[in-house]
Amino acid sequence: MEFLFLLVFVLYLGATITAMVCFFNLNQRLRLMARTLLWAAAGLHTSYLVIRFVVYGQTPVASQHEAVSFFAWSLAVAYLAFRWRYQVKNFAAFVLPLILALVLVALSVPGQVVDLAPAMRSWWMQLHGVLALLANAFFALAFCGGIMYLLQEREIKRKRMGFFSARLPSLEALDNLNQHCLTIGFPLLTLGIISGALWGRQAWGDFWQWNPKEVWSLITWLIYAAMIHQRFTVGWRRRRAAIMAIVGFCAVLFTLWGVSFFLGGDHPYAG
Amino acid sequence: MLAEKIACLGVNHQTAPVEIREKLAFADDCLSPLVQIKEIVGCDECCFLSTCNRVEVLLVGKAGDATIAAARDVLFADSGLSGAEAAQYSYLFTGSAAINHVFRVAASLDSMVLGEPQILGQLKDAYRLAIEHRATGAILHRLLSKSFSVAKRIRTETSIGGNAVSISYAAVQLARKILGELTGKTVLLAGAGEMAELAAEHLVAQGVAKVVVANRTLERAVTLARRFNGEAVVLGELASRLADADILISSTGSPDLILRKEAMTPVMRQRYHRPVFLIDIAVPRDLDPDLNDLDNVYLYDIDDLQQVVVANKGERRREADRAELIVAEETIKFLHWLENMELTPTITELRRRIDVLRDIELNRTLAALPGLSPEEKKAVTMMGTALVNKLLHYPLMFLKNSGAIEQKRANLSIFRKMFGLDSDHGSGDER
Repeated sequence: MEFLFLLVFVLYLGATITAMVCFFNLNQRLRLMARTLLWAAAGLHTSYLVIRFVVYGQTPVASQHEAVSFFAWSLAVAYLAFRWRYQVKNFAAFVLPLILALVLVALSVPGQVVDLAPAMRSWWMQLHGVLALLANAFFALAFCGGIMYLLQEREIKRKRMGFFSARLPSLEALDNLNQHCLTIGFPLLTLGIISGALWGRQAWGDFWQWNPKEVWSLITWLIYAAMIHQRFTVGWRRRRAAIMAIVGFCAVLFTLWGVSFFLGGDHPYAG
Repeated sequence: MLAEKIACLGVNHQTAPVEIREKLAFADDCLSPLVQIKEIVGCDECCFLSTCNRVEVLLVGKAGDATIAAARDVLFADSGLSGAEAAQYSYLFTGSAAINHVFRVAASLDSMVLGEPQILGQLKDAYRLAIEHRATGAILHRLLSKSFSVAKRIRTETSIGGNAVSISYAAVQLARKILGELTGKTVLLAGAGEMAELAAEHLVAQGVAKVVVANRTLERAVTLARRFNGEAVVLGELASRLADADILISSTGSPDLILRKEAMTPVMRQRYHRPVFLIDIAVPRDLDPDLNDLDNVYLYDIDDLQQVVVANKGERRREADRAELIVAEETIKFLHWLENMELTPTITELRRRIDVLRDIELNRTLAALPGLSPEEKKAVTMMGTALVNKLLHYPLMFLKNSGAIEQKRANLSIFRKMFGLDSDHGSGDER
């Protein structure tokens, strides 16, 4: 199984390298190759998750390895699903390195399954993990879109059209991307937090304990809630939305890792 | 060699000034020169291209001096220039240089405005005309259709045609970068001068839905607005109208600024911070340069646009260098194809002779062994065929993959001698 995951990593690596080279030289054959490699990687990754599910009898979102690998998988699938609906020029060159980084993290931590305390074992836990990580994937897409937005805007504002201007989509397209990602990611995050609370009640008898992970989830939720609210009421879009997408994703990452690392707490993979 | 049969004779903006080019403009009639060139002795295939910047004849045949001179005479027939002058103003490429030139023309690397897209369409029209009048053959078919795919490859793999090289198109391209598709957008014109009119025409052609004209005198505004089915307002309403517009083009003759940063801040709030693209083409300027510091406001004045155009031209030249590499690569590929075309007659000839030999020997053997069963006969026949194929395998490989072109030619001639392909009595029944 470790070999299978290594193979998944190699495929993502290949896809990322081709997409990056293609970003520079715009070769269409490479673009096609990167896409094929990504499909292969995502397909193999899916079977890896299914195998883990069948062998261990639980959705692979419990350990650090499982959560990060599932995060990477969600990102790949979210990206491919987006591509199917509408295209964002050269999006792959920004999303794939992020996927690759996540897979690399998943590869570097022990892959064995954690033996959860009986109290922790629950469908709620699995549902919570899946929803929260899927939400993170959409926020990650918004984050990539935000970076692209800032790069493109910088060149337009400075009146120096250069390398990025020719390769990135219009500001309008990037802002739409931001909005789409938020409108999908935010409900998922909300449901993720609710299912987490239900699981908490089952495991510890309390919906909410104000442990660091919960506090930071709430902070993340508030950031995205503010973004959505401001977008639709006073028009926080475009540049501000792009910056907020980046800030929001930093909060997501801190909730995922920072909390366990700096603040501790008894979330399953807190260590 | 086949490559040497390809020649390209022409006149373009680099070799001849416009006074000369206009004397040989065939714009309205490409057919008669095509027919005349087709009739020239030594011309097997031809294609004739005429645009305002170039006139070219593409020729496949025995490209001797007489043939070329005859083609040149057709080109300069009505120009009144002497033969020497004609030779001075025109260029001639043969062999790989001709192939290279055709690819460069198709990819717009030889154009006056580098990367302009029209030339490809004109070349396609010329090709179509040549096909319709049966002037093309295997080599030109392949060369021209290859040149179209090379042009396409260059367009996708380099950004040679990507960046605008005229001010008005640069403005449209910027508007697209900021606002996405322009369909359904509103443009506001401040000032009803000629510049504003031109700019509006350009944007309406790009799908802009609504034009509002703001002018000091309402009368002029109404006249201009009527042309675009738009709305006319007085200049004082500019700020309030800006709340609904996506693009502002300002070209008033006002000596002072007509829109200041402070006035824009409330407008942006009113617009829910939807982005706005301000284009200031007035001199002296109409719009406060500090407007560009506001979020979601993008201000370009005439110098900025000019600067973008200059930068884009430089970018195109850089991209052209990459395109030249692609052309060089494709030229080599085409030469390989030609070389293999050249081998084809030799290979078929060899195969034919050997098959004849094999049949003769088989018949002789089978006649000497009357007692064989059908299976045994079949086995003997198969042995003959297998032996021939196995023996030919390495010689044919040697012929096909033998490096440089000179080497290939030398090998071909050795090969023909070795198998006696140049002797007339080689049909197999000597001895």
